[in-house]
Amino acid sequence: MDGSGKPIDDRDAALLATYDGPPDYRVVGRHGIFPEMTHDEVERFNFLAHMNRHLAGRVMPGVKAAFDARVAPGKSFNDRHQVRRALTQDPYWQVWSALRRNTMEMRQQAGRWVTLRQQEELAARAAALTDGDPRLVLDPTLVLPRYVSSIDHHCMPGSYHTEYGPGDVANAANYDSGLFATTGGMLGRYSDGGGQAVARWVARNLPDFKPKRILDMGCGLGHNVLPLAQAFPEAEVVAVDVGAPMLRYGLARAKSLGVENVTFVQANVESLPQFADGSFDWVQTTMFLHETSYSSMRRIFKESHRLLSPGGIVLHVEQPQYNPAMPLFEQAMRDWDAFYNAEPFWTKMHEADLDAWMVQAGFAKESLIHGGVTAVVDKSVFPDAADDNGEDYGRKAAWHVVGARKEIV
Amino acid sequence: MSIQMALAGASAKPTGKRPHFLESWEAERAMSIAMALAGELVVTRQRLDTLERLLAAKGLVSRDEIESFTPTKAEAAERGLWNQEFLARVLRVVQQEAEALTATDDSSENIAEELAR
Repeated sequence: MDGSGKPIDDRDAALLATYDGPPDYRVVGRHGIFPEMTHDEVERFNFLAHMNRHLAGRVMPGVKAAFDARVAPGKSFNDRHQVRRALTQDPYWQVWSALRRNTMEMRQQAGRWVTLRQQEELAARAAALTDGDPRLVLDPTLVLPRYVSSIDHHCMPGSYHTEYGPGDVANAANYDSGLFATTGGMLGRYSDGGGQAVARWVARNLPDFKPKRILDMGCGLGHNVLPLAQAFPEAEVVAVDVGAPMLRYGLARAKSLGVENVTFVQANVESLPQFADGSFDWVQTTMFLHETSYSSMRRIFKESHRLLSPGGIVLHVEQPQYNPAMPLFEQAMRDWDAFYNAEPFWTKMHEADLDAWMVQAGFAKESLIHGGVTAVVDKSVFPDAADDNGEDYGRKAAWHVVGARKEIV
Repeated sequence: MSIQMALAGASAKPTGKRPHFLESWEAERAMSIAMALAGELVVTRQRLDTLERLLAAKGLVSRDEIESFTPTKAEAAERGLWNQEFLARVLRVVQQEAEALTATDDSSENIAEELAR
């Protein structure tokens, strides 16, 4: 093979026909603020992508087998916590969990090595792309919510907010570069398959919806919001997060990808007094609510209702909520990240009655929106979650949409 | 500066009490080291593969030349730094165990309960 992916003889063609693993890391999109990587650093991420896939496809099914064969017999469970505690006594669950935790820690180590060793260069590159740009609005006085300050999400030391030097972007670069490994390539070339899925869902389900202003809450490094900005190039997009490194990196990333209609604002989305009532047509959160807390969620729902114009929509994209129809084993497995991957609110958020909370925040019950999306990727190169019948209990690139449309008074 | 920062900080422990899964911490620690080694072995294998393919394509280097290679002082330093990086990565779990001795971590369950209040 010559690197083009085109088979040059029968042997290559046969190999390509049977290979169903993650693509090589070198297909990941290299935008203008992406960290430089050596051959070995790329191969480290390749190994981890394969390791994650192996754990999901080859090891995890054994947990179900162990549950059926020696954990469940003779017992009756009332809730998922009882199932999880019973599983923790099983040696197969133990080894799967130990491997999964280690794989995540190794992914963080690999990404931190790549980004900390070039921390100053990355900061300089970010500054060159963002200094003086009014689309980066930072607030050094911002007080971090406890759900950020007390947790290193997904075991990423320093989480979204820690700055390792002036103008730092290291953790954002780490997050961005490692998504490929964590998801086994399921989020596509620019790790934006989730945002693309939301844009496609809106185009299909709300064809007449033409937002002028879009607010993305908890944007992180903005990989989920850029597809919305690209799908609605006439719209003004505001992306808000508490982490300054994420926002710097986010704007640099957006500009280098040619996306010019997004402003990155450092603020706590529980209260955004800088924006007037009804000043947005669309409020979006993508894989964000599970990073917050009950009290924050109530404020976020209330604030999104205030910020929406009449007829505007709010959409929250998350993994599916627990419900009585979901087997307790599946619920317990989906809870793994809450207890073992530094996502403590994950378990609470997925049992909340989001519909009721949206109604409490002021949305009419009949205006509630429900849907489902899977990551949109370049299927010629990346695996497609919609074609995948496997279940990764909380990590599959398939999500629920829960939202509402604000009443036109 | 960044290299020293990366050597010291790349293997840092995330906040929160680390969950244990296996019967003993000794087993857990050994698995962590083994998995890191497995990853590094794969990386090395891929690098060898890259090299061998390039060399073969160009007909450049014989096996004898590889066996008798002697690095210069600077080359040896470069290789030494690689060894340091390797050890920091493979012994990550030991570093984190030390960091945990002085950390005041709460459990994920306690934080979840607090956030739900």
